[in-house]
Parts: sequence; C-alpha cells; structure tokens
Amino acid sequence: MNSETVSVRGTELELLHGGSGRPLVVLHGGLPFDRNVDFLDALARHFEVFAPSHPGFGKSPLPGHFDSIDDLVYLYLDFIEQRGLSNATLMGFCIGGWVAAELAARCVHRLSKLILVGPFGIKVGDRETRDFPDIFALNPEEVQRLTYHQQPPPVPDLTTLPDDDLLIIAREREALALYVWEPYLHNPKLKYHLGRVAIPTLIVRGASDGLVSQSYVEAYARFFPDARVATIQAAGHFPQREQPRELADKVISFARD
Amino acid sequence: MKAYFFSETAYPHLPEPENYNSIRVTLPNRYYDPKIGADLYHRHIDEWLYAEDLGWDIMINEHHQTATNVDPAAPIMLGVLARLTTKAKLLILGNPIVNRTQPVRVAEEMAMVDLLSRGRIEVGFVRGVPYEMSAANSSPVRMQERFWEAHDLILKAWTTHDGPFNWEGRYFHHRQVNIWPRPYQQPRPPVWVTATSPGSVKPVAEHGHVVATFLTGYEQTKQVFGAYRKTDAEMGRETNSDRLAYAALVYVGDTDEEGFAGARKLLWYIYSNKVPTQFSNPPGYMPVESVAKILRNGGRSPYHFENKSLEELIEMGIVFAGNPDTVYKQTRKFYDYVGGFGRLLVMGQAGFLDRQETMKGIRVFAQEVYPRLQELK
Repeated sequence: MNSETVSVRGTELELLHGGSGRPLVVLHGGLPFDRNVDFLDALARHFEVFAPSHPGFGKSPLPGHFDSIDDLVYLYLDFIEQRGLSNATLMGFCIGGWVAAELAARCVHRLSKLILVGPFGIKVGDRETRDFPDIFALNPEEVQRLTYHQQPPPVPDLTTLPDDDLLIIAREREALALYVWEPYLHNPKLKYHLGRVAIPTLIVRGASDGLVSQSYVEAYARFFPDARVATIQAAGHFPQREQPRELADKVISFARD
Repeated sequence: MKAYFFSETAYPHLPEPENYNSIRVTLPNRYYDPKIGADLYHRHIDEWLYAEDLGWDIMINEHHQTATNVDPAAPIMLGVLARLTTKAKLLILGNPIVNRTQPVRVAEEMAMVDLLSRGRIEVGFVRGVPYEMSAANSSPVRMQERFWEAHDLILKAWTTHDGPFNWEGRYFHHRQVNIWPRPYQQPRPPVWVTATSPGSVKPVAEHGHVVATFLTGYEQTKQVFGAYRKTDAEMGRETNSDRLAYAALVYVGDTDEEGFAGARKLLWYIYSNKVPTQFSNPPGYMPVESVAKILRNGGRSPYHFENKSLEELIEMGIVFAGNPDTVYKQTRKFYDYVGGFGRLLVMGQAGFLDRQETMKGIRVFAQEVYPRLQELK
C-alpha cells in the first residue's frame, strides 16, 4: 500500500492506496490500533483498495468545522465521486461502519456491496438501555479487555511507544469523542433510512466483541432490505487484527460474488 | 488584599476508599444520608454568615455527582446567601457554562441573585474540572470555544436593554433574548474566570475579568499571573492586582500545632479525591501534547499530589497553615514570589473539620492574619 495525501474539496486526507481490481473503500474504526496494514495488503491482491484516515485520525488534519459523522459521510461521498469509482465495495469498521451505513443510505449509485464490521450507528435499546458500554466512563484497560478475544489483549505498552505515535493516539481519542459523544455512538434517525440501501450488505461481528453484541448486529441487519450477519470466531471488535485471513476471505467472497 | 471564605460543602461520611472506585461521577448516593446532608447545609451556611460577621467576603462553587462538593446548583445557594447576608461580596466561582445548555438561563439566575443581594455578587464562569464532563454528559472537546460563546451571550443578555436580540452561534441558539430582570449592578456584575495555564489566560485579561487559579502552587501561579500581566502590558495598561486571585487550603490556629492539625483535616479534600483516569483525563479536555505525556506516564497526571505530605504541600504553596504569624509569612512569601495578587480564596473547611474548628479558623484568620494581608497592595 502507498501512503498518499489527497485533497477532497479542500479537505486534506491521508490515504493508503494500492492493489488492482474492483474498488474497495475501507473506512477505519475509532479505537486505538484499529488499522492493520497486513490485512489491507491481503485485500489489495484482489481489489484496488482505498483506505483514508478520517480527519483527526492518523495524519489527516481536523478542519475546524468538522464535528459530526455527517461531515465524514459527505467527505467520503465526495471522495468516491472525485475518484470516479463505480461498482465499489464500501467497507467500514466500528465508527467507520456507521459512516458507511449512513453513506449508503444517502446514495448507492456508485456502490455494489456494503460490508460493516462491528458497526455502531443505530439505536436498538430503550432509553434506559445503552446498546454499548460507555467507553468514556470505563478504564482504558477495561475497554481493551472488551474489544479483544485474546486475553490479555495483544496491544503494545503505551509507555514504550515513540512520541509521534502517542500524539496520534491522543489526537484520535479526541477526534472520536468529537464525532460520537452525543447521541452516544448512534444517530436516532439512521434506522429509518436503511431501507433505502438497495445493495447486498454483510455485517460481520467478532464472536467475542464486548462492545457490539450479536443481538445488536442482528437487529441492524433487519433494517436493511438485503443484509446478513456473519460471525468470526476467536475475534473481538477487531477481527482484522485477530483473524485477518478469515475476515479477508469473507470480504473477498462476498464482494466478488 | 481581600479574602473570601470558601467551603465545598463536602459529604465526608463515606465507606473506606477501598470499597469504591471513584468518589466522583459513579459513587452511589445511597451513601448520602439526607438528614445529615440537611444538617450540613445549614451548618455551612452558618459558617459563611459567621465569616461575613468577621469581615470576610464569601465564595461558593459547584460540582456534580460527587461527595467532595454537594452543591450542584450553586445559584440556589447564592440566592440563599444573598437574602441572609448584608455586606459581604458573594462570589460564585462558578457557573460551569460549558455544561449549561442555556446560557440565557444563567444570565437570568445571576441577574436575580444580583438584585436579591442589591449588587453584591461577583459572577465566575468556569470550564469545570475534567470529572464534570461525564457528570454533565457534556463533550470535553472544543470546550474553550463553547465557553467563550456562552460567555459572550451572557454578557450581551445582561447589557442589552432595548428588547430582544438574536443569537445563532455555533453552540447556542436563542432567537429572542430579552431577560427580565436585568442585573442590579451597572453595566453588569464583575466577572471572574478560572485558568490554570498561561495559554488560557489571554482572553480573560483582554476582557479585564478577574483570573482565579486554584491550588497551582508557586511556579504555575507565577506563570498564570505573569501571562495576565503580559497581556495587560501588550494592551498598554497596568495590571490591577484585584484582577488576580489565588485559592489555597488555609487553616490558622493559635499555635503552629493547632494550625497544622486543622490543615491536616482539610487535606481530606486532596487525599479522598480518588478518581480513575477515564474521568480525570477525558478525551479533548487537555491538549494532545499533555495527554501524550500522561500516556507515557502510565495514565497518571503530572499534577497529582495525593501522595504529598502537609509539609510538602506548604512548601509547594498549596496549603498555608500554622499560627497567625506563620500563615502571614507563608502567604507573604507566596505573594512576593508570584508578583502580588489582590484576592485570596480560602478553602477553610473540608472533610471532618468540625463546626467549632472551622469557626475558630475563620476567627483567628480574620482577627490575626487578615489585617496584615489587607495592607498588601
């Protein structure tokens, strides 16, 4: 994968780009260590992969007017338009899954398939039942415990990371809060719009994901006209890290089908 | 120098800290006995009134979902004091305007209390400590922008007298702003703003508001006041020291031993402040450079002083304690080091410091220390 800097209607984006084949746009999640370049490389053997960093994440600057998931949705609609992509598969992890669902609800004319992995975005529970643990009220170690199958979680020791990496982690946790604080990790209206998504949709969940439950993704799938749920064993919220090969196989067979 | 007596109206009757994970945000209120709580409110109001009798001004503040400060609606307490007192300045420090969804309501509350007190209130606006964000469900990101927009709206609401104006800002919308009543003080009550870093002081100085800094010790306080003076100098004006306020834990006894014993009881405030990192360091509250340092430091803030002794805290300028002469000298040394300041905010009650001990501290300070401090210009 090549790292590029692109400008989308004036918004600067860091973009990992590589491979050849039908286009696959990958929207990353909001928690630390979500991205796995090896996994993207595996996909690049079958697709032309576009993996941008959301503004505020990675090396993408955060414009002052950005503060909502909507801002990301319109940014990526513009990105897909600008690149002239067609028959693209749109894939999103975690909050990237939420962005992908919102984007598809607005417009699918350049998309052929939609894949959501451990997605947030809709509200299923009643007003006194959160759909996800409150990650902003949990100890960071507890959040890690909830997001990995493997215990203790296979994450680097932050105290030993280079300064630049720590700065990126700090920026990303701020950007995440900016985008998802309230309503917490969802758009109350989204479920009413998902009926517009007239393309095949696959929702993938790691069987040990402690943030996104099985009943949640099953409910999510029912709002789409044509969606099914696939489960990956021995993985949590990041199957791209814990079971990258199995996830890649699922993506390849679904997107090429 | 003027001194304000301040207490956090804490509820100290808690289980041992091993039995809970945070004194803030999540501690169940089954530990709060309403009968004891009611007695505490009346006791603390009596202490404020006693302080007024002895020549003090009065400060109150506000926190939420915490046993360290059970005054989650400070404007109500301010209203009580406005009616019961007759001469003290009443400082509310302050209104957490980043977390208040209706700044116009804050303008109305403060105007009401200004009238009730016949013009004795001083209105603080605070960003709020990090633990307030979860308690208020308020996003910690871009708080400074929200703060100053709320501030601008409140000041405009106080000072507009020709009927409604329109406000469609980034964070607050109100199309017909026209408050009744208007404040007693003209054109508006004095405004105070808290700041703990030099970077956040500039707009406070530009507005000519009082800057208050809490428990920041020698170095940081010097930087904060220095930044205020620098901004004033850039604007071609001399800094009035009554624009600079410092809050410390203070206890004065007849002897050093008595003063230190009282101060040790005040340290409940510091030692009991058990807060996990997700509440003390919410995303966006601190600059990313500071957060990166905290991550490097294993999640611990560089400013924690839960493990400091009384002697160290006195050395740091966070506590002033001892006999009257000792406390005068400590305060004087601090005053000289930071280049002078005109407002001392005295946290003189905390934890299990009882009514009698609290009142003694109030009295000895007022009679033996305050006259000497008042001579500082």
